[in-house]
Amino acid sequence: MSTRLENMGRLVDRNQAVTFLFNGKTLQGLAGDTIASALLANDQLLVGRSFKYHRPRGVVASGAEEPNGLVNLGQDGHFEPNQRVTTTELYDGLQATSQNHWPTLEFDVGAINTYLARFLPAGFYYKMFIHPRPFWKYVYEPIIRKSAGLGKAPKDRDADTYEHFHAHIDVLIIGGGIAGLSSALAAAQTGARVMLMEQTAHWGGRAAVDAPQIEGMSAEAWIAQTVEALEAMPNVSLRLRTMGAGVYDHGYVLGYEKLTEHLGVSDGPRQRLWRIRAKQIITATGAIERPLSFAGNDIPGVLLASAVRDYAVNYGVSIGDRTVVVANNDDAYRTAITLCEAGLNVPAIIDVRPTSEGELPQQARDLGIRVLSGKGIAKVKGGKRVTSVVVCAQAGEGAALEEIACDCVAMSGGWSPVVHLWSHCGGKLIWDEAQAMFRPDPEQAPKGDQGQDFVTAVGTANGNLFTAEVLGDAFAAGLSAAQSAGAPKKGRAANAPQGNDAEEAALSPAWLMPQGASYELRAKAWLDFQNDVKVSDVQLAAQEGFESVEHAKRYTTLGMATDQGKLSNINGLAVLSKSLNSDIPDVGTTTFRPPYTPISMSSIAGVAQNDLFQPIQWTPMSEWHSENGADYEPVGHWRRPYAYLRDGETVHEAVNREVVNTRESLGLLDASTLGKLVVKGPDAGKFLDMMYTNMMSTLPIGKCRYGLMCTENGFLSDDGVVARIGEQEWLCHTTTGGAGRIHEWMEDWLQCEWWDWKVYVANVTEQLAQVAVVGPNARKLLEKLGGMDVSKEALPFMQWADGTLGGFDARAYRISFSGELSYEIAVPASQGRAFWDALLAAGEEFGVMPYGTEALHIMRAEKGFIMIGDETDGTVIPQDLNLQWALSKKKTDYLGKRAQERSHMADPNRWKLVGLETLDGSVLPDGAYAIADGDNDNAQRNTQGRVTSTYYSPTLNKGIAMGLVHRGPERMGEVLTFTNVDGEPIKAKIVDQVFYDKEGAKQNV
Amino acid sequence: MLVLHCPYCGVDVDETDLHGGGEAHLTRHGPGSSDDEFHDYLFQRANPKGVHFERWRHVYGCGKYFHAARCTMTLEVFGTYSAQTLEPPQEIKDAIMAKRPDWTGGAKS
Repeated sequence: MSTRLENMGRLVDRNQAVTFLFNGKTLQGLAGDTIASALLANDQLLVGRSFKYHRPRGVVASGAEEPNGLVNLGQDGHFEPNQRVTTTELYDGLQATSQNHWPTLEFDVGAINTYLARFLPAGFYYKMFIHPRPFWKYVYEPIIRKSAGLGKAPKDRDADTYEHFHAHIDVLIIGGGIAGLSSALAAAQTGARVMLMEQTAHWGGRAAVDAPQIEGMSAEAWIAQTVEALEAMPNVSLRLRTMGAGVYDHGYVLGYEKLTEHLGVSDGPRQRLWRIRAKQIITATGAIERPLSFAGNDIPGVLLASAVRDYAVNYGVSIGDRTVVVANNDDAYRTAITLCEAGLNVPAIIDVRPTSEGELPQQARDLGIRVLSGKGIAKVKGGKRVTSVVVCAQAGEGAALEEIACDCVAMSGGWSPVVHLWSHCGGKLIWDEAQAMFRPDPEQAPKGDQGQDFVTAVGTANGNLFTAEVLGDAFAAGLSAAQSAGAPKKGRAANAPQGNDAEEAALSPAWLMPQGASYELRAKAWLDFQNDVKVSDVQLAAQEGFESVEHAKRYTTLGMATDQGKLSNINGLAVLSKSLNSDIPDVGTTTFRPPYTPISMSSIAGVAQNDLFQPIQWTPMSEWHSENGADYEPVGHWRRPYAYLRDGETVHEAVNREVVNTRESLGLLDASTLGKLVVKGPDAGKFLDMMYTNMMSTLPIGKCRYGLMCTENGFLSDDGVVARIGEQEWLCHTTTGGAGRIHEWMEDWLQCEWWDWKVYVANVTEQLAQVAVVGPNARKLLEKLGGMDVSKEALPFMQWADGTLGGFDARAYRISFSGELSYEIAVPASQGRAFWDALLAAGEEFGVMPYGTEALHIMRAEKGFIMIGDETDGTVIPQDLNLQWALSKKKTDYLGKRAQERSHMADPNRWKLVGLETLDGSVLPDGAYAIADGDNDNAQRNTQGRVTSTYYSPTLNKGIAMGLVHRGPERMGEVLTFTNVDGEPIKAKIVDQVFYDKEGAKQNV
Repeated sequence: MLVLHCPYCGVDVDETDLHGGGEAHLTRHGPGSSDDEFHDYLFQRANPKGVHFERWRHVYGCGKYFHAARCTMTLEVFGTYSAQTLEPPQEIKDAIMAKRPDWTGGAKS
């Protein structure tokens, strides 16, 4: 059983017990534990189930590479799934539950899959579930979804807060092991601004466990002394619990800092996302030990040799009483030696190499440990825990030589440098044959904005596995990075720290154990523990033609689990390359993408949540709207009242009341959100003639004209009323959402195409408050306010005038989007609310009522006016909307003109705008399609039109709609059938799009 | 995330403060152009592995469009310059030639 040792445990405080819950069971750990070490101390070896076969899974590793130990953590608003037990620090009251099992971790029904494994090879899902086609959606997918999945999705809103920090620094060092510390020392002494980040809670990395001598002292002492020295330097920033998540273009780095996460629920932001620009980046990210591929290597109790050592030295935890070490290198002997020194039993070290005569093997032998050279493991026996290993010759096919009883297997297949951050931004790798690893190729480093190298890998991340070379390499890189970042060369640099450790003999790659393993054994030799990918699966993929490493990965799901192949990648590549009879470097690696380990979505959002999610635009009258029942809808970044609800009213009732009141008496619309662009200058007329489809240069001063804007594709992009203000000045109204976009569009043409034209554009949208005064009593209201002549003669339809109204400086436009007598009146934004109040007060005798955007929409639809975004969708040209009258025939050019001459645009078979009326007076569903005979090539029903706007008209007391119909205007009176997702198809007749006051009598009074 | 130098503001700008505007130095074809010319103007864009000229707008800054000469492969920036020009200025071409001696001078190749 796994248990807490009497000795060792440099990171835990034996005087401080910590209580936590695992699957509802109360357990005790120590301060300084991770969840993993605390569970192991409680003999809780089983931590989860694998994804496909639901096989029992135990902890394999001690760091970020752990594939199995994922838990749901926390409660309610603090709940988070897929938290790694090996990197989550224990705190009092922590609550964790294991994942991917049903009904319990110990007894899982899905484990039946393991007996079906023969029938569930790689690509099984692709092959099996393709026929019959409809079965996927209705049978296969629901069942697979039910049995698949890791953690639970959080159900509550995240109760924690998060923040972003920005930093600009000279040298960023990622990884706080002895390499990172050595680099930091070198860079810092030049005066450069240095930041050093370490993902765990402790400085020093593996060195403190493996204990080489540095500068004549213990590694632990040197680490402490170095950290102290760095802390004293004002130009150095040290961040623990901060992971370098990703390296991006031009020295941009995301750092992910745990602020209070490791303390449980507490005050202050939980995580901080560092957004860093660094001139030079050093990746001192260490290396990860590789598993060995032998049958049963997934049984709980089989761990990486380094992890077994870590749990003993760092946490004082033993995985088992009898540990068999299996390795292809000298380093793993450290585990055997450590366990022996802890008083535990190591019955054998199984070494694939024919001889092992190095310093460490000798030490092991001196301790009386049996070393079996040239041997391998044929298979591990056990169910939820290792019970024994069967030893065989590595060179053979797995014939049993002897069986050794044990409850832990410590495996080591050599080390792989953590090259993720080096690779994120284009750094390339080379294959190091001697050490059997991919390491960064310094000739092909990521390039910065000046073409300079901006990332340097150091230490074990650079493929240097020994202390002396780690320190020297890292120190030199730190110095040179600081100088590349512009630091002055000061005097004589201090020397690199000196270190030494035991001489090690070369490893011998062993990608399969034994090398001639039978199918039976290969089908039990796991590569990817979480996703259940075995040696046999990768071989099958190669056999079926998935020769590209990227294809093999997706076919088998190798490396697609939450650890993203940190353990399985190289072993999988080696198996694949062998199956393809090619060399490992020829097969290459899959792509490393950020983040290094998952970061929370909340940390990415930072403070941009709730009210701070995005800026919201409010008009000067918004306060009144809010106090008077406004039901808001978002329009661009604006919030506009959809309707104003009175006591007891539904939204629908309010909308109908607003329409009827406006048509019969008087309505007010807050139109301040309409875009207003002033276009001014000697060439402004010429410019607007290019921007709009119709002629604006000939518009007389004082007059208004409705204009259309198209893209160069010919598609309708925006519309609005343009007013000629002066000889060289126009005011262009855009749609509510369009002001910024159209401003940018105008600037684009002025700056990049016609930069010699003298035109200036200013967006004055928010400088003005605008109110539409609409209805038969509109003129009476303005006359009551008094100040300017708004009579039919003085201010006819489609003209504007400046003056005062009720003492307010005002500009009145006689324009109408409702078909009623209508004035749009602009006043300075600062006076908007006062003007609104004055209109309401003076309008009381006429029964004035404000109306919202839905009433606006209904009234414009009753008049057959189009709305950008309803009748247009980026594929509609003005001709489709019967707006030929707004396309100038005199102009030789305007944006979109040439495109509208293209054959498809001029085709009479386009869908064109018509009115639609259901036979029974009901309202057509929005977006419904008019069906046509036959099916298309995808076996979908043919269509001949669609609904673009549809409303209940309280004026006409029936449903009205507009739509685009194939050759629509030629088909007046024809009845079409429209789809209806909620019921029977609906029949509607093609009619004129103007439903109300065709002659325009009401607005021309 | 790129950093580009705004030639108007004189500052180095993060990509998040910019809007990309696509390929630079396009020749507009309007009425009177052939179908092929117009098609190419609308839809054909250079997609080189190497030197590329492109438009950027300093949207959260001065609001000006400027041009950048950049390597799409290494993301190296050879220089940024005014948008009010029909072709890259000589110093930009020189900067490219200095680092990419094989460059044939094509703005769109």
